Amino acid sequence: MDVLDRQIINELQGGFPLCEHPFAEVAERLGTSEDELIRRIDALLTDGTLSRFGPMYHAERLGGALTLAAMQVPEADFERVAVLVNAYPEVAHNYAREHALNMWFVLATESPGRIDAVIAAIEHDTGLKVYNMPKLEEFFVGLRFEA
Amino acid sequence: MDLTLATPVPVVRPPLDDADRRLLSALQGGLPFSARPYARLGERAGLGEDEVLVRLARLQEIGVIRRFGVVVRHHEVGYGANAMVVWDAPDEQVTELGHCLAGFDFITLCYRRPRRLPQWRYNLYCMIHGKSREEVLAHLEWMVSHCGLSTLSHEVLFSRRRFKQRGAHYFKDEMATEKIHGRT
Repeated sequence: MDVLDRQIINELQGGFPLCEHPFAEVAERLGTSEDELIRRIDALLTDGTLSRFGPMYHAERLGGALTLAAMQVPEADFERVAVLVNAYPEVAHNYAREHALNMWFVLATESPGRIDAVIAAIEHDTGLKVYNMPKLEEFFVGLRFEA
Repeated sequence: MDLTLATPVPVVRPPLDDADRRLLSALQGGLPFSARPYARLGERAGLGEDEVLVRLARLQEIGVIRRFGVVVRHHEVGYGANAMVVWDAPDEQVTELGHCLAGFDFITLCYRRPRRLPQWRYNLYCMIHGKSREEVLAHLEWMVSHCGLSTLSHEVLFSRRRFKQRGAHYFKDEMATEKIHGRT
């Protein structure tokens, strides 16, 4: 990553213009060309620095649902269970964490009722209890990484 | 027991019409790489460029789209350590404490969630990112003293491994599998 890549990442975390030529507008701000900006974003997505370029949706306002879930997975079984859990397209993120509850994943579904169905299916597949920890209140933070 | 708190707060769902849904579906995989990305998006959703711009502005205003831009894989830009810190906060203080935690710039998420007694007593969650574990723990120490949290039980759950980070998909149909980042 060079200076321009970092500038691009920092700039685009703040949003993206809604206008006919948005790449040209951002490129001008950064002192580069439209083609170069597009090429760079494409490369940052390809090499995995960026996981996404586009909108972040508000699940609940779309009629969908999000939740955080946790499982206590025996160490020896961890890989097998991870494969089973990650096979569900509703699993958006999955992290191994240091705790008795050692697997933490986010479920994103098209409807609230589907959350319980996916949790039941995961419990069935793995034979393990899934703790559902839905959000009850959200405290606003600005999500931003200085690259 | 906080069973009464175990139902998530109802969310107001703004009305979306078919065109909104087609647009959101076409957009969920990302914005096309084209000099006029909104025109291309319109082609997929059966809308003109002008209408796409108007609708997206509205969807952002009413909060269906939280924001536009990039999602950074924090690990890849040097933030290699992340910890989920969970607190056992008294129910009558949890909102105030949540706002206090959320005010720090190293906190990237902050939520109240239900306890799952007896296995899990924590009801306030925040995510701290840092360049190292030491940095994360230093942030935590600063937070504890600043928000007056020293009497609250908490645990720090560092991540060991990321298995998956694909992001959420809310529309099952066509676009999820199409590679839309091809340039035109």
